[in-house]
Amino acid sequence: MSQIEEVTIDQYKHLVSERALTGETMLLNMGPQHPSTHGVLRLLLELDGEIVVNCIPDIGFLHTGIEKNMEAKTYQKAEVMTDRLDYMNTMGNNLAYCMAVEKLVDLDVPARAQALRVILVELQRIASHLVWLGTSGLDLAAMSMFLYCFREREQILDIFELVSGQRMMTTYIRPGGVWRDVPVEFEAAVRDFIKIFPKRIDEYETLLTKNPLFIDRMVDIGYLSKETALSYGVTGPMLRASGVDWDLRKIRPYCGYEQYDFNVPVLTEGDTYARYLVRIQELRESLKIVEQALNKLPLGPVRSDNRKFVPPPRSEIGTSMEALIHHFKLWTEGFSAPDASIYSAIESPRGELGVLLVGDGGPKPRRVHMRTPSFDNLSVISEMVKGYLVADLVAILASTDIVLGDIDR
Amino acid sequence: MDKKLEPIVKAVQGKFSAKFEEFRNEVHMFVNPDQIVDALTMLRDEHQFELLSALTAVDNYPQTSPRFYVIYQLTSLAQNLSLQLKVPVNGDKPKVPTVTRVYSVANWRERELFDMFGIEVEGHPDPRRILMPDDTEGHPLRRDFPLGYEEPQFTFNFDEIDLRKPYAKE
Amino acid sequence: MGIEQKLGNMGVVTTSLETMVNWSRTNAMWPMLFGLACCAIEMMSAQSSSYDMSRFGMELMRASPRQSDLMIVAGRVSKKMGPVLRRLYDQMPEPKWVIAMGDCASCGGVFNNYAIYQGVDEVVPVDVFVAGCPPRPEALIHGVLTIHEKVKGEKFSDLAVK
Repeated sequence: MSQIEEVTIDQYKHLVSERALTGETMLLNMGPQHPSTHGVLRLLLELDGEIVVNCIPDIGFLHTGIEKNMEAKTYQKAEVMTDRLDYMNTMGNNLAYCMAVEKLVDLDVPARAQALRVILVELQRIASHLVWLGTSGLDLAAMSMFLYCFREREQILDIFELVSGQRMMTTYIRPGGVWRDVPVEFEAAVRDFIKIFPKRIDEYETLLTKNPLFIDRMVDIGYLSKETALSYGVTGPMLRASGVDWDLRKIRPYCGYEQYDFNVPVLTEGDTYARYLVRIQELRESLKIVEQALNKLPLGPVRSDNRKFVPPPRSEIGTSMEALIHHFKLWTEGFSAPDASIYSAIESPRGELGVLLVGDGGPKPRRVHMRTPSFDNLSVISEMVKGYLVADLVAILASTDIVLGDIDR
Repeated sequence: MDKKLEPIVKAVQGKFSAKFEEFRNEVHMFVNPDQIVDALTMLRDEHQFELLSALTAVDNYPQTSPRFYVIYQLTSLAQNLSLQLKVPVNGDKPKVPTVTRVYSVANWRERELFDMFGIEVEGHPDPRRILMPDDTEGHPLRRDFPLGYEEPQFTFNFDEIDLRKPYAKE
Repeated sequence: MGIEQKLGNMGVVTTSLETMVNWSRTNAMWPMLFGLACCAIEMMSAQSSSYDMSRFGMELMRASPRQSDLMIVAGRVSKKMGPVLRRLYDQMPEPKWVIAMGDCASCGGVFNNYAIYQGVDEVVPVDVFVAGCPPRPEALIHGVLTIHEKVKGEKFSDLAVK
């Protein structure tokens, strides 16, 4: 186990201003373990009193080697690792990976599975925004937001447990559809949630949106212009709060999103308050999508019946020889994918989650690259915090909504 | 191929004599390492590809020329198009010029490219490792780097693995 | 309110010093904030209203290691984070205990590769392992109660000043 390296200013000479070398400004380490950095992120701050002159992020404290580990497993087994990337958006990660596999091997997905996928992914988006709201409130010392948001989140996690048996890492969405059909209590549980949630969003807005303390801390802080955002590859609510109308659900619809009627909130101010308003509005829009998808839920199979890629149900194995052979081949060797590469992306709560999948003709992928949104969203932080106070840095970092599992993979 | 993409593909083919391939409705174009900065500048300024969505590499290990393909995934918001540029790089002393002046997102992405694959980026303002600790030897995502797999402890080999495992002292 | 309403005026109570000290240590053990990855979210859920940890006196999560006695390592520990973890453990004052929460902290979990310590007991000595990926909040509370049992059974002769 190596020692912690002692850091001297020489290593960062090219990144800090000249005043740091003479000692006029101070280099402060906001270390990997800190209550406000939303995970293990290390920030080197160059401070002139309380004002931040430069901010150098240091990442890699949660690097798990997921991409290399996925190359050593077959396509079905590798899906388990995708859950643990962006652990606030587990259904979304599964969906991105499964859509990439389905595009590579050209597999169809039935309509009921598409609708179930949409319901669960939108519920996951609501859960992710609730955690963001709770922890941002905690950072800005509005502690009761944390307790309220987690109370709603427990209801969503109960729905996930009903459907798949697990609260967070479900692996419920699989190539070809979903794992199994939802139980009969699913519809009642989701309708119950749809009934109580709009009033709760109104409660959160009453507490925060017009609160003068909150407005003082959030308005005109952390401005991000449209050109900087596009040059730094920022996507998601951060880009929409800077004036660019780009949401992959509307512009390149997948999974049947074109059938549902919803708006995409876009604001032009580009500060942390605009990002807060965009995400609160997205909570309402996601609830609308869930209600429409639940009303239109079609009947039918929930997984493709192409037995070259999807294992047969256990009941068929006893009676059909082909089912037994397919089951054997799929679970021992796995299905093979062509020697080609594709890129497919979805809209996660943080931005564009893309998967670059390169097959090599065999059962294991040659390369799986997850283009995660938080990596690019964090790289713009050094531009956003120049000239603000340390307390504003906490608010700006909270508004970028980063998840360190996404960044370090 | 999308009809709006055809004139763009023809322009890139004409100026850089690039080959292209199509698969599942995607277009990939092969560009040489010394042409990539000009190609990206042309695509960003004349054809409105404002967003560099992904910058990564693929290792074709037993094959040594080209060993790596560096992949640039471009997105055009104004015209709703996607284009992928692939740059073949050889295995011995792999090098690629930096595109930080064209897209600022390449700053961190190229650091990750160097860290994970060992592909040197010429002209990068901040060439340091980003994800692995600074004293790591080797580049993890190359196919000849070992996975670091540790044998699981079952009952039959519990004691012998127990002796080898570096437990912490108080 | 408090002990005199429940038990009445018991006068002078005799017990061993060990029992007294162990009882007081279990009743207000302050955990140190060490949430790394997905298990941290379940730890936050265990702190919030549905599965309340403040009934055990643990609602205060101190970020500073000098003011805490229990370190809950929640999440996967990478090779870059290992020395930081060891330094924080060394900064905690005695008596201190460690719970390894989740599969990644107990044994490396799903990730058997170059970047993750296969079990956090390669870095710090662990008292209780809680299995699960991620463990339910009730499982974490069960782990906390197991630590309480362990502390109540500690004898002074084992922890004598060296």
